[in-house]
Amino acid sequence: MTHYLDFEKPLAEIEGKAEELRAMARGNDEMDVESEAAALDRKADAMLVDLYKKLTPWRKCQVARHPDRPHCRDYIEALFTEYTPLCGDRAFGDDAAVMGGLARLNDRPVVVIGHEKGNDTQSRIHRNFGMARPEGYRKAVRLMDMADRFGLPVVTLVDTPGAYPGKGAEERGQSEAIARATEKCLQIGVPLVSVIIGEGGSGGAVAFATANRVAMLEHSVYSVISPEGCASILWKDSDKMREAAEALRLTAQDLHKLGVADRVIPEPLGGAHRDAATAIAHVGETIAAMLADLDGLDPKALVKARREKFLHIGDKGLAA
Amino acid sequence: MNWITNYVRPRINSIFSRREVPENLWAKCDACGTMLFHREISDNLNVCSNCDHHMHITPRDRFTALFDGGVFNQVAVPEPVTDPLHFRDQKRYPDRLKAAQRTTGEKEAMLVATGEIGRMPIVAAAQDFSFMAGSMGMYVGNAIIAAAQEAVKLGRPLILFSAAGGARMQEGILSLMQMPRTTVAVQMLKEAGLPYIVVLTHPTTGGVTASYAMLGDVQIAEPNALICFAGPRVIEQTIREKLPEGFQRAEYLLEHGMLDRVTDRRKLREELIVLTRMLMKAPPATWGDLPAPGPDDAAAGTEPDAVKGAAKT
Ligand SMILES: [Zn+2]
Repeated sequence: MTHYLDFEKPLAEIEGKAEELRAMARGNDEMDVESEAAALDRKADAMLVDLYKKLTPWRKCQVARHPDRPHCRDYIEALFTEYTPLCGDRAFGDDAAVMGGLARLNDRPVVVIGHEKGNDTQSRIHRNFGMARPEGYRKAVRLMDMADRFGLPVVTLVDTPGAYPGKGAEERGQSEAIARATEKCLQIGVPLVSVIIGEGGSGGAVAFATANRVAMLEHSVYSVISPEGCASILWKDSDKMREAAEALRLTAQDLHKLGVADRVIPEPLGGAHRDAATAIAHVGETIAAMLADLDGLDPKALVKARREKFLHIGDKGLAA
Repeated sequence: MNWITNYVRPRINSIFSRREVPENLWAKCDACGTMLFHREISDNLNVCSNCDHHMHITPRDRFTALFDGGVFNQVAVPEPVTDPLHFRDQKRYPDRLKAAQRTTGEKEAMLVATGEIGRMPIVAAAQDFSFMAGSMGMYVGNAIIAAAQEAVKLGRPLILFSAAGGARMQEGILSLMQMPRTTVAVQMLKEAGLPYIVVLTHPTTGGVTASYAMLGDVQIAEPNALICFAGPRVIEQTIREKLPEGFQRAEYLLEHGMLDRVTDRRKLREELIVLTRMLMKAPPATWGDLPAPGPDDAAAGTEPDAVKGAAKT
């Protein structure tokens, strides 16, 4: 079953009608509905083009959070071979919100790390909706250290509403864990590339995305705070999330202008969830291209380039 | 930078400038309700003399109390692009900035200075909670980078006093980018083998806690300071239960292994002198009333007496 977003409602009606017509015709050989249904299909296609060519920032947030959007696990399964999950922070536990381990990308061994949101009720709860606890960040630090020791590139896939705001997470040092993960990103002498595949939620995203190259899917978002959170603080009204999303400049296109995203990866018409295989393939090509960009740089140069990049981010504002 | 212009600049909203006004002669401690003389409060570093509650203190007042003879040189901070996103909520961001500048008399939410503490030359940076909740935007990021660069250039320790409601939303993603930027600043210090001491003050939250404020060689907090990533209200809404008394306060973090020490503001200076001198392998400090640093001291810049005089105006 397709999940329609609120702004896709007119589309849902047309697609529903075409579906209904065809269902009726299947039960009655006399009826010829195909020309009428095909007309509806064309109308739906045109509407889809229209809806997605000018998505507002808030609608992009909705697409980025779409339940059917391909998630970290889908990318790992499709793009990597011999994925071998490595678990635990060696201090407290393992965090299922963060996937990570050794894998091969086009036969090249790499370390892959990402947030996983889950795709049904059970897995969403298991993955804590992609909201990592300190253990997740500490596992990532451990894996990045290993990558550094063995000279393996690190690929991170970012998709999180943010770090988990829970009691235990705070007790066990959520802030420190995020700070150390960002620090580790800046220290490792191996290529580090990151793709924001859905939501890049605040500090929880930075901890993985402080990379040599950062790419964003066309309808992904990356922000200091959720539009709802920003609206409730600055507008004193969480229903003003549309205005907040606009003001925050959280779309891939704006972040590319600001120099935060190095590349924007095109999504299939109607978003990654309508054609996951194509979206995943595009991401795979981009990861390979970003790693190729960094080929031949020695560890010192990689660290230096990464730090310089971040020191200069925002120098020119939107004029960048 | 000339310290005199910085030093005698009117502190429009500070407790001190209001003490001439008779009706503002007294202030109430927000913790215990005791009425206190402004003079009494400021002499006590804004700590309640009845219940030891630590009230806010401006970076300038803190530095005056911290540095030998109250003498410090302000370090210039490179200006970022103002209002990089053309942000507007119910107000325009530049208007919010101007309002904060008017009420605090400061340019932005962080002050960086060089000077000496117990004759140990240091660089200090302090975040100003009264300036847009101390929020971390590009200016604060630039200030921390400037502080680290100055410390590396002069071969001195950096002491940073944090206080912030988190990142500055009006700078959107660029405020978030201050997490990696300030982390690079901390790495500059570590690679130069220089101590980085963080003093976390009330409140230190969000992206600030999750970056430079948690990366110190020594982590000290003022008593009862709220220190967290997610604030207590957000957590209560998420887990739908009441949080225990003292949750995310300095003492709680100390108990959970996240801090080295919790230290009363009135004892901080002494402690910072002891720590920096040991980490810099300097001999023990000479205690007692030392004269202000002389004109020969690179840190002081010029006539210390004028400074002391200025501090009393
Ligand atoms: Zn009191």
